Amino acid sequence: MSGYLEGVLVLLAVNVVFAYGGFLPLAAGQLNLGLAGFAAIGAYSSAYLSNVFKLPPLIAIAFAGIVAGAVALIVAAPVLRTRGIYLALATFALGQIVQAIILNLEVVGGAAGYPVAAFIRLPAIAATATVVVALVWLLFATRFGIAVTAVHDDETVADLMGIDVRAFQVAAFALGSAIAGVGGGLYAHHFSFIEAQYFNISLSITIVLYVLLGGTQTVFGPLLGAAVFTLLPEVLRASANWRYVAFAAALIVLMALRPEGLVTGAQLRRLLGLARAQPRHAEVAAALPKEPSG
Amino acid sequence: MLGSIYAMVAVALTLSIGVLRFLNFSIPGLFMIGGMTAWASLRGGLPWWLAIGAALLAGAFASLVVERFTWRWMRGAQEFVPLVSSMAFLLLFEHLAVICWGSELRTLPPLFANADWRIAGLVISVPQLVGLVASIALIWALTLGLARTRLGRGLRTIAEDSDTALLLGVEINHIVPVVFLISGLFAALAGVIFALNYRQVQPFMGEMVGLKGISAMIVGGMGSVWGSIAGGLIIGVVEVMSIGYFGADFVDIAVYGLLLLILCVRPTGLFAAAFAGQRA
Repeated sequence: MSGYLEGVLVLLAVNVVFAYGGFLPLAAGQLNLGLAGFAAIGAYSSAYLSNVFKLPPLIAIAFAGIVAGAVALIVAAPVLRTRGIYLALATFALGQIVQAIILNLEVVGGAAGYPVAAFIRLPAIAATATVVVALVWLLFATRFGIAVTAVHDDETVADLMGIDVRAFQVAAFALGSAIAGVGGGLYAHHFSFIEAQYFNISLSITIVLYVLLGGTQTVFGPLLGAAVFTLLPEVLRASANWRYVAFAAALIVLMALRPEGLVTGAQLRRLLGLARAQPRHAEVAAALPKEPSG
Repeated sequence: MLGSIYAMVAVALTLSIGVLRFLNFSIPGLFMIGGMTAWASLRGGLPWWLAIGAALLAGAFASLVVERFTWRWMRGAQEFVPLVSSMAFLLLFEHLAVICWGSELRTLPPLFANADWRIAGLVISVPQLVGLVASIALIWALTLGLARTRLGRGLRTIAEDSDTALLLGVEINHIVPVVFLISGLFAALAGVIFALNYRQVQPFMGEMVGLKGISAMIVGGMGSVWGSIAGGLIIGVVEVMSIGYFGADFVDIAVYGLLLLILCVRPTGLFAAAFAGQRA
């Protein structure tokens, strides 16, 4: 396999992991703009573990997820008190703080960056990404998925239905952060060098954009979103700046025309033959009992 | 000085939050457009007043484009869809600027040779003074306009409830562009003042200032115009003080730590009593 192709596929795998890190909180109705901070925590903690304690990379990466998830659990109590735009801003501030702290941590190189001795190649990264995706899909096939969707749609009703809203919000937040940490660990161990500047607000925004592009209604959305926006620029072969311009323009158009993302639940059900046939005339549709949307 | 630039950006942000409940992430981009256009037209040989005019025009126009593609289209969509689109606009503006003008740091010529007044040992830079006075005057005019004019009344109605405003005969599609126009002008003017004072511009100049502007807006209270000004000044003071006490490395920790603390303890901000419309 050529080095170029491997590079693209590694990037794809890492982005897919990041995308699922953004998907979990978004599925629960939280816009997490601090994902880059959790990715940084994962990247630096796994790099430190494999550099100093000589842990095998994959185990260090697993720890990256645990550390990022634990940090998320600790900060969840104050941060999740806020909601809506305030939550987005609180997580944003959190990401900035993490970045600023790492810039000042001399033990991991500070502003100069931190080299990582261990190195993993595509198969290990792809396997980890597959495991992450499979775990999220499995998780969403259980009661967890339904509960999180209910919390997303209407907190009050979810609460009345006996769902512990708070617990599911914290779980979605912490799990998403843990996954972002794993993504950061993968990134660190493939690219062999990390610097705090990489984990900035743009990274958080890009991750969120992958997810919203793909759609938050189904577990397939993030996969599609990350894949489209990793592979499309490679196919287009444009310069880096034109890529960003095309990315942004496509996003604006897509959000205007299809604000729920590329893949939606109703569409998927229709594709799989699970939905009832739609009547062709509006009068008939009005007379029929409504199919639950979403 | 930086505080008053933060305050202007914060006012631009707070207008769209207060009236439209829309966190407009493209404002740092408009700030950059203001600064870069001023630089580009000065380099093109335009006199300074034309350059400032061109910068304001570019900012206002870009802001109207943003309005067309975010708020107008997505009024009924999920709450963070316009937010995402405005982030996409920020990316778009920044990278278009890189393509047009390159990503290097550009230096502006000193506009007013020897523009310092020396009064009894105090050195006052005229561009800074003019910038400060202009921003205070504009913000004052804005609050007055919100309180007194027919347009201001329409805006305050929309801030209360946009559907009711529609029922009462307020032309939302005519008034909302005005909000974007004003916030675009404020952001672009802040960019121009920044460019003239620090004499350095580059395509990503908006990010740092824009993020601090968002912080200023939250600290002061979303939607309150005078609150954002206070927030801008507070952020500026905290920056200077943390440089003084802890060193330059800890500025971001201090500023964003304060932001996080305020969000968790008092999410409505320090001075927020109401939205911009209700009590400008």
